Amino acid sequence: MLEAAGLGLSAGGRELVRALDLSLAPGAFWSLLGRNGSGKTSLILALAGLRSPQAGTIALDGVALAARRRGELARRIAVLLQDEETDFWGSVLDYVMLGRYPHSRSAWSRDEEGAALARRRLAELDLADRAAQGYRTLSGGERQRARIAQLLLQDTDILLLDEPLQHLDLNHQAQVMRTLSRCASGGKTVLAALHEPGHAARHCGFAVLLYDAGRASLGRSSEMLTQANLEALYQCPLEAAGTGSFLPS
Amino acid sequence: MKITPVLVVALVPASLALAIAFGSVDLGPAQLADALLGRGDVIAREIVWGVRAPRALAGFACGGLLALAGALLQVLLRNPLADPTILGVSGGAAAGALAAILLGIGAAGLNFAALAGASAAAGAVFAFSLGRSGWNPYRVLLTGVALASGFGALVGLMLSLAPSSQVQGMLFWLLGDLSPAGDPSVALVVFAACAVLAFSQSAALDVLILGEDKARSLGVAVTRLQAIAFGCATLATVAAVLLGGSIGFVGLVVPHLLRLSGIHRHGALLPLAGCLGGSLLALADTLARTVAAPAELPVGVLTAMIGVPVLLFLLGRLR
Repeated sequence: MLEAAGLGLSAGGRELVRALDLSLAPGAFWSLLGRNGSGKTSLILALAGLRSPQAGTIALDGVALAARRRGELARRIAVLLQDEETDFWGSVLDYVMLGRYPHSRSAWSRDEEGAALARRRLAELDLADRAAQGYRTLSGGERQRARIAQLLLQDTDILLLDEPLQHLDLNHQAQVMRTLSRCASGGKTVLAALHEPGHAARHCGFAVLLYDAGRASLGRSSEMLTQANLEALYQCPLEAAGTGSFLPS
Repeated sequence: MKITPVLVVALVPASLALAIAFGSVDLGPAQLADALLGRGDVIAREIVWGVRAPRALAGFACGGLLALAGALLQVLLRNPLADPTILGVSGGAAAGALAAILLGIGAAGLNFAALAGASAAAGAVFAFSLGRSGWNPYRVLLTGVALASGFGALVGLMLSLAPSSQVQGMLFWLLGDLSPAGDPSVALVVFAACAVLAFSQSAALDVLILGEDKARSLGVAVTRLQAIAFGCATLATVAAVLLGGSIGFVGLVVPHLLRLSGIHRHGALLPLAGCLGGSLLALADTLARTVAAPAELPVGVLTAMIGVPVLLFLLGRLR
């Protein structure tokens, strides 16, 4: 259980999150919605233990993140960053295998078990035939899926994803959402920053809405993702879903 | 031509053997074998064990240290142009050494002055690049480059002030020269220690390529890793510079020769860089001693003259 209490975050002198209480329980799939610059990335970095919050505490199973060792955290929390390194010297499989670092760091023997798991992750994301190909030769969307495969290989019970659907085509957006949904039904905790409320409504049971000036609201998607809430969140008029918005089924 | 791990490892004994077999005095194969086994002519034994073997090992240690430092700095600073001179350590050592020559201090004092200059530079780089949020590679680079050019100006000033009788000694020091190297045992110990320490961090260095945040999220203690690797690179550079002056190019080119041949994983890259850098410098020094015998060329000139075409050749072939 990952819990934030009285969380305060700011960036560049702007208050992004004020006094947020959030507890992410096993088996829950959370969406994180908000306008550009509303603090989605800051919240994810803080929850991953990569930035210290300006106020409040974040604890994993009752122990503050700051008091835990990096190696131990890496076996519990995996995070997909919005801007990950786009260059890598090796094959797609080499790249994905870096996700095994928290579990196996022997310099002497080849990690056959990890390689088999990595291939399974690649197959789940339609990249099975790309395994031996150079990472540099992948398209933007394929790289994004390789990053997600690496994240899944890290095999943590908490997954934090900053815009997992960026660069992905419609089909693969749905595929990634289904994969994350399976992770959650398998007992993992998943939180994903998304820009498409349709995906959130279809796959995520819970939602965090980050409004401007530090205000946030959270709860069940069915109660949070109403037209009125989303219009207030994005500060623009919306048409009812079903007429203007198409989602892959 | 592709550099394979087997080739690199085989080059180590081969280069040391060549460095011991050739020199300004021509020893025949039989005499050489006898001397190696500690038999026969006293003078031949002294040449082999007292002169050539320490010199060969000094060259090997120096080259290995420089290549190891270069490989570490290239990944830490995320800059393919990084090499040991970028820390300002070589510049600091050069300024110290030249000041000692100018003041007419003997060999021991020269080494001490070079060490003092190198330590001052390393201390400044460390002091200015350790920020609130840990290490900042950008500041390391900037501090190192600024210090290097500052020391460069000092070196130029001393060269212009020095009486002409001292200038040649100064130039040899600046170009890199193993003839005053002496006992290589300290450098070999430093080389072994740095190599083991760096190798122990190789898996973490592989992950660091993904960026600092991602590496942290994968369990790498990034700040500690950077401190260890920078410390290692600095120590290696200081040891190499004290042994052979500012020998250029080995630290820059050797890691790239390996990467261009497809060796990227640090578990392989770091030890192979040590081996290849050491072998190449031992070979280059053998050439420097024999090409114009009995005169000696500064080995730093040879490393550049061999290194540049080899790198360009590989770049051209592996487009």
